[in-house]
Amino acid sequence: MTPFLEARDVSKSFPGVQALSEVSLRVDSGEVLAVVGENGAGKSTLMKILGGVQLPDAGELFINGKSVRLLTVKDAERQGIVLIHQELSLADQLDVAGNVFLGREPTWGGPLKLLDSRIYRDAETITRRLGLECSPRTRIADLTVGQQQLVEIARALSLQSRLLILDEPTSSLTERETSRLFDVLRELKSQGIAIIYISHRLKEVEVIADRVSVLRDGKNAGELSKTEISHEAIVRLMVGRELKQFYPRHRPDVPADRAPLLEVADLRWQEKPGQSISFSLKPGEVVGMAGLMGSGRTELAETLFGIRPLRQGEVRIDGKRLSLRGPTQAISAGIYLAPEDRRVQGLVLSFSVKHNLSLASLDRLNRFQMICKGQETTLANDMVEQLRVRTPTIEQRVEFLSGGNQQKVVLAKWLCRDPRVLILDEPTRGIDVGARSEIYGLMDRLAQEGLAILMISSDLEEILGMSDRVLVMHEGGLAGALPRDGLTEEAIMRLATGGGLER
Amino acid sequence: MKKLFGIFLFLAIVYILLLVSNPGARSFRNHFNLGQEIGLFSILSLGVGMVIITGGIDLSIGSVVGLSSTLLAILLVDEEYSPLEALAVILALGAGIGLIHGLLITKLGLQPFVVTLCGLFIYRGAARWISGEQNKGLGIQFPDLKAFFKGSSDEFPRFLIFFLVLAAIMTVFLHLSVYGRYLYAIGSNEKAARYSGVKTDRMKILAYVLCSTLAAWFSFLYLMQYNSAQPSDTGNFYELYAIAGAVLGGCSLRGGEGMVLGIFIGTCIIRILPNAITMWGIPSNLEFMIIGGTLLIGAIMDETIRGGTWRGLLTRLRARFGR
Repeated sequence: MTPFLEARDVSKSFPGVQALSEVSLRVDSGEVLAVVGENGAGKSTLMKILGGVQLPDAGELFINGKSVRLLTVKDAERQGIVLIHQELSLADQLDVAGNVFLGREPTWGGPLKLLDSRIYRDAETITRRLGLECSPRTRIADLTVGQQQLVEIARALSLQSRLLILDEPTSSLTERETSRLFDVLRELKSQGIAIIYISHRLKEVEVIADRVSVLRDGKNAGELSKTEISHEAIVRLMVGRELKQFYPRHRPDVPADRAPLLEVADLRWQEKPGQSISFSLKPGEVVGMAGLMGSGRTELAETLFGIRPLRQGEVRIDGKRLSLRGPTQAISAGIYLAPEDRRVQGLVLSFSVKHNLSLASLDRLNRFQMICKGQETTLANDMVEQLRVRTPTIEQRVEFLSGGNQQKVVLAKWLCRDPRVLILDEPTRGIDVGARSEIYGLMDRLAQEGLAILMISSDLEEILGMSDRVLVMHEGGLAGALPRDGLTEEAIMRLATGGGLER
Repeated sequence: MKKLFGIFLFLAIVYILLLVSNPGARSFRNHFNLGQEIGLFSILSLGVGMVIITGGIDLSIGSVVGLSSTLLAILLVDEEYSPLEALAVILALGAGIGLIHGLLITKLGLQPFVVTLCGLFIYRGAARWISGEQNKGLGIQFPDLKAFFKGSSDEFPRFLIFFLVLAAIMTVFLHLSVYGRYLYAIGSNEKAARYSGVKTDRMKILAYVLCSTLAAWFSFLYLMQYNSAQPSDTGNFYELYAIAGAVLGGCSLRGGEGMVLGIFIGTCIIRILPNAITMWGIPSNLEFMIIGGTLLIGAIMDETIRGGTWRGLLTRLRARFGR
């Protein structure tokens, strides 16, 4: 059987980088092919080539056995290939139907080009098929991220798509939305649509993929058929070696009577005065914080860092009450936050590595408010070396770094200021396996040096692997705390979804 | 620096066009006048440039000029303030206006465009109100003061000297100090700056305060040079010239980009262009069209060269028609 799409020996280089060299890939109709690889392995470039966004330097593409050239996104769409980017590209003030048919609106009235309300009926037919239960007149801004994702897929289906490429579709979905998406994908598969699925979440790959193709350093690293797919097998191909002890947590025995470093007492939100949050962190502890999206974890982190006003409750450090009026007070107390979205909140993308690293420390790196360039460079070089940030020079714009290295820059920005409490919000989201284990190693080292770390994460594996204790949030309140012993994913999920401590 | 090269080339072309227009253009007198004008108007471009770097905009500076120059004339002549007192009052007025803009924008979250657009109307109205629509002039008073600030027309333009001092201070402020770094960080990504502990509100307010204060300083020099202020006219359109100069000089309206030198070069072009037009004997009613057209060409060239649009277009064309 000829595959729906085949890429043969595709190569692509950018100034200074060989992004892809002689990569081949095929995907059949009615199949889910997972493409995995570390960041920078060339997945996105390959997908952009398949989607008509970029042209390959060499190599050929075949659709149903016929050689094709995909020069533009429109070309690809005509061939039935639709690429859905990680960052959704919807017009959020338009309604669902408007987005599904954007650029292809049926019109009437000849040259007047009046909009035909037929799109609402047509859009509804498609959204029904996807199980998206909202009126086609709903504004995109009023939908959840999961629903927005389905709108993107609806758009692809309205284009008579034969191959759907999904780039990290679940990165901001809840567990429920993810399983809903999987149902949709299975349904599409049974209708003969080919799907390429890109994800860092290997658990999901195990669930949904019929075949896995692994890229490493811009080359084919290997392929796994349905029966061979396992977490270890994928990781082995991705990194080219076995990862020993992925979660390198050495748990020193923190004496039970050691005084807490950070205490949160009876913190309450204005919107939910019925919920109260109290907990403490001891030096040397890594405390995981689990919960569903919207359970208030990020809000809590931002409150502790002073970004959000603390309306009710107390935050104490070393037993002394902290008056949090802004990040300044948190910073001078040694409480630092590595925020959830590093590209939006963590980094000034157009700044160099050096300028990002020094941004939070300019209050120390100056004489009479003039920046000491020498000290700034020394600091940047030291931190880059210490955290092994892979960058050609410290003058490199941080937007050109891989996700893992960007995250290291965010961490380094604070580590050079002698942290006492580190709040890490989704520290490894979108980061490849290699850099991930480095970040875990770093967290372990810091904890051993006596820091208290609060790690917020939606990745339960990570929570189980790294935490000494787990706090679970639900609906803006603390649903419970779980000790290390006997910690299971089920116990966490039960609390996160509103179940009690005991079954 | 590479960015500045293109705009510098543009300036050189405009200047050569001026030189070859007619002998009068090459005279010292013409150069002196140009120097004075450039020295004067660069103040406004620099002020608004700073606001643009933070990702904001200030549309009110023309009206601030109208109000403060009118007020200055009233204080000096009708109220008999000493020049120093009068200058202090209008600088304080400028700072106060900037502070209000900054507070409205940061604390109430209003859009800079809206706040300063309202300012544009309010200060113009205020100028007409306090003056009773009467032109306010210095007449023959304060000859020494005027002579000191304008300088004499056979030496190096004094306004340009004042500006170079200001430019030196601003270069240190924007490119070497912590404050400057914060302003660029805010313009590039305000959230990230805030999450790094930068007091973003305070820095943005500072930018608006400096912008309006510089507009007040401009008014002082303006009155020294032109001797009188028309409440309904003085400063009209100046905000647009200033923004045009800053943008031409490399400030991106998206924020985070721009340099003192670039802003200066941009302003030079904006001032030399009308001079060249007059010197060529082109009817002055075409002036605005030519300025607008030139700006547009400059913007197009800048975008296509910098954005690599040409190269992208060529690659696609080549691919479509088989290399």
